[in-house]
Amino acid sequence: MKNLKTILAFVLVAITATAHAQNNAGLKLPEGFKATLFADTIGSARHIAISKNGILFAKLSRPDKQGRTIIRLEDENKDGVSDKKTGWANYGGTGIFLRGNVLYASSNEAVFKYQLDSKDEVLNPFSPVTIVSGLIDRRQHESKSITLDGKGNVYVNIGAYSNACQEKDRMPGSKGMMPCPILDSAGGIWKFDGQKENQVYGDGKRYATGLRNVVGLDWNTQTNSLFVTQHGRDQLNSFYPTLYTDAQNAELPAETMYEIKEGDNAGWPYVYFDPYQKKKIVSPEYGGDGKKEGGENAIDPTVFFPAHMAPNALLFYTGNQFPEKYKNGAFIAFHGSWNRAPLPQEGYFVAFVPFKAGKPNGPWEIFANGFSGLTGDEKVKNPRNAKARPCGLAQGPDGSLYVSDDNKGSIFKITYSK
Amino acid sequence: MKFPFSFILIVIFLGLGFSTQAQDLVKGKKIYETRCLACHQADGGGVPNMNAPLDGASNVVSNDIARLVRIVKNGYNERVALDGFYYSNAMTANPDLTDADIANVLSYIRTSWSNKGTKITAAEVKTAKTKK
Repeated sequence: MKNLKTILAFVLVAITATAHAQNNAGLKLPEGFKATLFADTIGSARHIAISKNGILFAKLSRPDKQGRTIIRLEDENKDGVSDKKTGWANYGGTGIFLRGNVLYASSNEAVFKYQLDSKDEVLNPFSPVTIVSGLIDRRQHESKSITLDGKGNVYVNIGAYSNACQEKDRMPGSKGMMPCPILDSAGGIWKFDGQKENQVYGDGKRYATGLRNVVGLDWNTQTNSLFVTQHGRDQLNSFYPTLYTDAQNAELPAETMYEIKEGDNAGWPYVYFDPYQKKKIVSPEYGGDGKKEGGENAIDPTVFFPAHMAPNALLFYTGNQFPEKYKNGAFIAFHGSWNRAPLPQEGYFVAFVPFKAGKPNGPWEIFANGFSGLTGDEKVKNPRNAKARPCGLAQGPDGSLYVSDDNKGSIFKITYSK
Repeated sequence: MKFPFSFILIVIFLGLGFSTQAQDLVKGKKIYETRCLACHQADGGGVPNMNAPLDGASNVVSNDIARLVRIVKNGYNERVALDGFYYSNAMTANPDLTDADIANVLSYIRTSWSNKGTKITAAEVKTAKTKK
């Protein structure tokens, strides 16, 4: 009897595993790609990082049931599904980055680093080194996404605690502040020395400004420069119904990717990028009418995407597993929109932009779709109906692509074979 | 088949009462669609971590009418803690809504989707405004 139960249990597990493998964990992928559900319900998994041994670390935005916010996942039997989960830390946040044996992680106001041993086990879970603390967290756009350049400098997004730098945030008719005082301490990317401890704002450098909220960022080793994806402003129709219809708001402004050089200004809050006119347009809070151009000193996007889709992660693919077209191209995880309502929402997928010699080399395309769990071409109407929301990306040592979801806490592993 | 006049009157009044109530919900829905839906969504589900849900939210169907009236009128610019989750976005103030408007939109919200709260009258809104 006991044997029968064991056999049945095995059969059930085998069937479930096969079903998952066959339906690619519910994802729709290009020909030749497969997906497995690497992990499930691990918590609100924001960004992820993977070691050269294939150990995955996920940063949770709030503690899981055991009170942990950094989760370590290992796939010991190499079947594409994690079978060992441990974790530590107690602070919520988004950023995580791995370089060698040093794991960087961020809360919403600080960046820490941990030492890993040769098996990628953390050596100082309760005593991380603080690189910088005291960064602004005023609720809105509080995520401190992080990446490193080749010299060990840490780039931190400090999002603007505002939609459009109005005197009163998100109040109809409230004017934009001139100059926008938020930009002194937020609305940009700050650069800190990853080797120094206990830094404050003054020790860092405002590397780029005029960026409302960057959640996705990655250092491109081909161009040796920082690329970021910005969340564009919301609610043009709510506050300026005479200038923008619901349908126009659903498409304005574009979500944007920028290549950043030190000192760059991307124009927020004074201008936004209109994907139809392909111009920087003056924000209505600063006297714009939907047509007036501005931002003469602001940079143009490298790539732009439909509005409000929330690009939460950016990853330049340097692996050898995927076909040649993907090499050095950009994957972007779109968390999915809310501000297209009353029109259907968009995003909730991973997009790809081919790059050649450090420049986009063709239009963007949807790479992995189906995270929302809706059938066929059905669009997400209300954000809470989306089962999974792509939030983080990481490349495994074998060139596999991992996607995290901060809603149900799934990690998807995407592989390619001819 | 003859009904006493008083009975007919009662039926008419009841009917009128119901139709005004239904009218109020229609007006409330209209206000919801123009002022609330962009953030709180058509299904009242809000947006995880950003805009608080109204459907199934304990605060929304609670008896603390004064608090609801205050939030609709003055907006909300603090971290929202609701049923174990937090929400980050600031909410717009609606200083131009009348007591009747506020009553209608709150009645719509409190009785829509899965919410089974009570309706609110303009008189209750007026009283609520005097409370702190």
